[in-house]
Amino acid sequence: MDGQGQDFKWIGKRTVRPDGVDKVTGRANFGADFSLPGMLVGKVLRSTHPHARILSIDTEKAHALPGVKAVITAADLPDIPSEEAHFGEDPTDFRHVSHNVMARDKALYDGHVVAAVAATSESIADEALGLIEVNYEVLPHVLDVEEAMKPGAPLVLEDLITGGVTPTPKDPSNIAKRVQFDLGDTEAGFKKANMVVERRFTTKPVHQGYIEPHAVVASTSEDGHTLVWCSSQGHFMIRAACAKLLGLDVSQLRVMPAEIGGGFGGKITVYLEPLAVLLSRKTGRPVKMVMTREEVFRGTGPTSGTVMTVKIGATKKGQITAAEATLAYQAGAFPGSPVGLGCMTAFAPYDLENVKTVGFDVVVNRPKATAYRAPGAPLAAFAAESVLDELAKALDIEPLELREKNAAKEGTKAPYGPRFGPIGYVETLQAVRDHPHYSAPLGPNQGRGIASGFWMNFGGQSSAVVNVNEDGTVVVTLGHPDIGGSRASMALMAAEVLGIDIAKVRPIIGDTHTIGFSDITGGSKVTFASGMAVVEAAGDVVAQLRERTAMIWEVEAEGVVWEDGHALPASTNVGEFEPLSLAQIAAMAAKIGGPISGRASINAKGAGPGFGTHICDVEVDRETGRVVVLRYTAVQDAGRAIHPAYVEGQLQGGAAQGIGWALNEEYVYGDDGRLQNPGFLDYRMPVASDLPMIDTVIVEVPNPNHPFGVRGVGEVPIVPPLAAVANAVENAIGVRMADLPMSPPHILAALEDKA
Amino acid sequence: MNAMRYEAPGSIDEVVALLAAADGDSRILAGGTDLLVQMQSGFVKPGLIVDVKKIAEATTITAEDGGFRIGAAVCGAEIGEHADLKEAWPGVVEAAELIGSVQIQARASLGGNLCNASPAADSVPALIAAGAVCSIAGPKGRREVPVADIATGPGETSLGTGEVVVSIHLPAQSPRSGDAYLRFIPRTEMDIAVVGAAINLSLDENGQCSAARVVLGAVAPTALLVTEAADALIGGPVDDAALERLDAAARAACRPIDDKRGTADYRTKVSGVLARRAAGIALERARSNS
Ligand SMILES: Cc1cc2nc3c(=O)[nH]c(=O)nc-3n(C[C@H](O)[C@H](O)[C@H](O)COP(=O)(O)OP(=O)(O)OC[C@H]3O[C@@H](n4cnc5c(N)ncnc54)[C@H](O)[C@@H]3O)c2cc1C
Repeated sequence: MDGQGQDFKWIGKRTVRPDGVDKVTGRANFGADFSLPGMLVGKVLRSTHPHARILSIDTEKAHALPGVKAVITAADLPDIPSEEAHFGEDPTDFRHVSHNVMARDKALYDGHVVAAVAATSESIADEALGLIEVNYEVLPHVLDVEEAMKPGAPLVLEDLITGGVTPTPKDPSNIAKRVQFDLGDTEAGFKKANMVVERRFTTKPVHQGYIEPHAVVASTSEDGHTLVWCSSQGHFMIRAACAKLLGLDVSQLRVMPAEIGGGFGGKITVYLEPLAVLLSRKTGRPVKMVMTREEVFRGTGPTSGTVMTVKIGATKKGQITAAEATLAYQAGAFPGSPVGLGCMTAFAPYDLENVKTVGFDVVVNRPKATAYRAPGAPLAAFAAESVLDELAKALDIEPLELREKNAAKEGTKAPYGPRFGPIGYVETLQAVRDHPHYSAPLGPNQGRGIASGFWMNFGGQSSAVVNVNEDGTVVVTLGHPDIGGSRASMALMAAEVLGIDIAKVRPIIGDTHTIGFSDITGGSKVTFASGMAVVEAAGDVVAQLRERTAMIWEVEAEGVVWEDGHALPASTNVGEFEPLSLAQIAAMAAKIGGPISGRASINAKGAGPGFGTHICDVEVDRETGRVVVLRYTAVQDAGRAIHPAYVEGQLQGGAAQGIGWALNEEYVYGDDGRLQNPGFLDYRMPVASDLPMIDTVIVEVPNPNHPFGVRGVGEVPIVPPLAAVANAVENAIGVRMADLPMSPPHILAALEDKA
Repeated sequence: MNAMRYEAPGSIDEVVALLAAADGDSRILAGGTDLLVQMQSGFVKPGLIVDVKKIAEATTITAEDGGFRIGAAVCGAEIGEHADLKEAWPGVVEAAELIGSVQIQARASLGGNLCNASPAADSVPALIAAGAVCSIAGPKGRREVPVADIATGPGETSLGTGEVVVSIHLPAQSPRSGDAYLRFIPRTEMDIAVVGAAINLSLDENGQCSAARVVLGAVAPTALLVTEAADALIGGPVDDAALERLDAAARAACRPIDDKRGTADYRTKVSGVLARRAAGIALERARSNS
C-alpha cells in the first residue's frame, strides 16, 4: 500500500505532543538534570594550542589536592587500533574517536581535551585542572583548507595517506581522501552548451547551535556494570563507542536516554561520555560532566568550512548540458568531512546527462567536523544553486523555469547512481509558482531568490515494542531518541493501526537494555524507519488481538478481522458475534493466553528522497550592508505528513538555521589558532526577532516503501536557504555573494567593489 | 576554595563603610548582567559583593531642577516605563532600552553599564550627549563628575578605591532640542554595538542648529565626544550638506580596532552613517519640541 487515497483517523492530525507538558513546565529531564548521591564532578583540561606535541603530562599535584578522586590522560585509555565505526551517514574510525575524546601524543586544535579529573566539588575540580602540568612543544598549525592542501603545509596527522587515488601516495598529507562521482561525459556536455557559468565559493565552519550543552552522568557498580545517563542522538551509539574506546563488553554498559535539547547531527558522537565512564570506573562513584557553552564551541561540532568551484553549462533554451563541482571540505582534526555527501547531493534535483563531482576531505587544526543536518549538502547546494541562478540570468530565463526545465522526476538517474522512484520535486516547483509570495511586489533595495535542495534520506535498524495494558491503554517503546517530536508521530501511527484513541497511546524511549538495537536519530530516518517498526509491532498486536478473539469466539483466527479498534467476524459465515474492543480483549488477556505484546526489529529500506524549494525576500541596507529577511516560504515534499505541525516545525527550523549560516554565523580564529567567539554573543546565530514568520507548504507525494508514505523531512529544509538568501541578495543589489557569511562588512565591501 | 561574602546594605554610607573595610577585590552589584557573567567565566573572583539594589537613592528616578536624577541601579525596564523621562530624553531612554533583551532589561542598570566601562556600552554615548553628571560617594564624601569622565579605557574607570556611583543626573532639556541614539549590530538584539552614535541638538527660533553634542561608541577605547562633528552642525540648518560634514567628521574622529565584532574600516564607515541617521531623528524631535 502506498497510503494514497487512504482515509485516516489519526495520520495527519495535529495532536498535542506527548513530551510537551513536561518540556514547557521544566519537568523534563535533560542530560544535566540527573544527580545521584555521592556524585563527583568531572572536568576536562583543554589545549589552548591549535597544534602541539604533548611531551609530558604531570598530574601529581592535581592528584594530591584533597577532594580529587581521579585524574586521567590518554595513558588511561586503551590505545585502540583503527576500526571503521558507523554512527552517522559517513563512516568514521574508532581510533580517531578515541584520540578526539582525549589527545594522544599531539593536541590538534584549540579545545582538544588533554586530561580529565573527578573531584568532590566543581571548584576543587577546577583547581585540580590548574595543577595539571602539560609540557607542550608548540607546532605550526593550519586552519585553512587550501593552505592545508598545499605541499609543505604543517601535517595535522603525520601518518595520513590520501585515500581514493591511484597509485597510493607515498607521502602523508592533510588530504584524507579524494572522491569522485561521474555520470556521462562533462567535457562533451560543455561543448554543447551555449552558456557556461563557473564560480568559486567559500564558506566558514558553523556550529549546530543546539541549546543543550553535552552532559553525562556515569555510575559504576562493584560488579563492573556502568549505568550512563546522557542526552544524545543515539544511546546505542554511546554504548558502542564507550565499549570500544574503553575495551568493555557492550552488556556492561546500560545507557539511559535523557531528553535532548537539540543535536542537529552534533550529538551523533561521543565527547565526555567515555571519560565519565572511565572516571566512574576508577573512583567507584557516580561522575557527572557538563560542558560549558565555551567548551561546546571549542570542542564539539562544527560542520566544515569549504572552498568550492561549480561550473554549469546550458543551451540557449535552458537545457543543462553538463555540471561539474570540485569541493574541498575541512574535516577538522580527523578525517571525515561530509564532502562525499556534498558531491552526491549537489546536482541531485536535476535530470542531467553529464555530471562530475570531485571532493577532497582535508584535515586542519580545528575541532573534528561533526554531522550537521543534511551533512555536506547545504554547502554544495549553496554553490550549485547560486550558479544556476546566475546561469538563468545570463540566459534571460526565469530561475524557476530553468529548474522546471531540468527537474528530476521518477526514473531520473541520480548523479550518484540510483534511479529515483516517485519523487515530488516538480510538485515543489509548482507550489512555488502558485504561491502568492512568488509574485508579491518588492520595494527598493529588496530582492527575491529561490533555491532548491535535496537529501537522499536514510533508513536502517530500528526496534519497537507495543505493550497492551490491562485497561486497554498502550505503551509504545521506541529505540531512537526523540529530537523532533517523533514520539507524537509514532503514537499517531500506532493509534492508526490499532484503531484506538490517541489519548490511550503512551510512547516512550527505551534504554539500551530494554529495547532492541536502534540506529541513531539522524539521516531523517526516525519517522520513516521507526514508523515502519511501530506499524509492524502494532500489526503484531492486531494479529494477537484477532487470535485472542478467535479463542473467545471459538473460531479460526482468519475468521476475525480488526476494524476501527474492534474485532469483528470476517463474514456472517463465521457466526453472529458482538464486536470486541481492544480494551475488552485486554481485560480478558490473563485468561486467554496472557499479556499482549507486539514487537518489531527491522532494517528499514527504501527511504524516499526528499526535495524542497524555498522563496526568500530580503532588503539590503546599502550604507551598512545589513541584510534583513523580509519574507520566507519553505516548500517541501514530505511524502506523508504524519503530524503536519511537526513537519512545518522542521521546515521552519531548517530555514532558520540556514538563514543564520548564510548571514552571520562564523567561527572567528585569531592568527594564534584560537577560537575568539566561543559563545552565542559573538557567534551570531539568528535570534527570534531576526526572522520573519517562516511560511511553509507541505507537498505530499507518498513514498511507496512506507506503509503511510513517509519521507524523511528533517534535513532537506536546511539545504536551500544559503543559496535562496544569496540569490535574493543578488536580486536586491546586483552583487553575487560567493563567500559566506554574507555579514554586513562583506556586503558593504562587495557593494564598494562593484561601485 | 575561595569564600565570597555578599552584603546588601540599606544605605550608601554602609556601602562606603563596607568597601573601606574590605581587603582584596570587592565589587558593587547592581543588575549583575556584566558582573555575574564575568564571575562565571572566572574573569573576576571578588571576595566581597555589595548589592546596591536595597538602597532607595540608587533605585529611584526623581524629577530634579527640571531634569531627572536616575538611581545608578534602576533597571532598563523602569527607565523605559518612565513617561516624563522618555518625553524629555528619548535618546537616553532608547539607548538604555537597547541593552540586552527583555530579561536583561529587568536587571541591567545605567550605573553598571557605565562602570563596566565597555567601549561599546549603549547608554553611555547618549548620557554624555545629554550632558549627564554622576553623583559619586566614597571615603572622602560625595563628588559630582560628568559621565564623560568616568570610563578611562576598556574596563577601567576614574573611580577611586571604595567609590560608588549613587545616581546620574540628566539636566533639563532645552527647548527646541532633541536627542537620539542609534547603534549598529548585525542582528536585532542580544548583540554588542559594533558602532553607536548619540546626538543631542538644539535649534534656534529660525531652525538653525544652535548647539549640538555628538558622541560615538565602540570606535575608540572609550565613548568619544566629537566636537568637530558637533561643529559640522552648529550655526546652520541641519540639511544634507551639514549631515555630510557630520558624517565626514565622525569618520575622521574614529580610532577603532579590528576585532571579532567588526573591522576598523567597517566601524569607521558605519560611524558616519549612524551619526547622520541619528542627527536626522534628533532633528525631528527638536522640531516637534518647540
Ligand atoms: C545577554 C546580555 C546582553 C547584553 N546586551 C547589552 C547591550 O545590548 N548593550 C550594552 O551596553 N550592554 C549589554 N550587556 C551588558 C550589560 O547588560 C550592561 O552593561 C548593563 O547595563 C550592566 O548593568 P548591571 O546593572 O547588570 O551591572 P553589574 O553587572 O551589576 O555591574 C557591572 C560593573 O559595574 C560595577 N558597578 C555596578 N554598579 C555600580 C555602581 N553604582 N558604582 C560603581 N560600580 C558599579 C560592578 O561592580 C561591575 O563591575 C549585555 C549583557 C548580557 C548578559
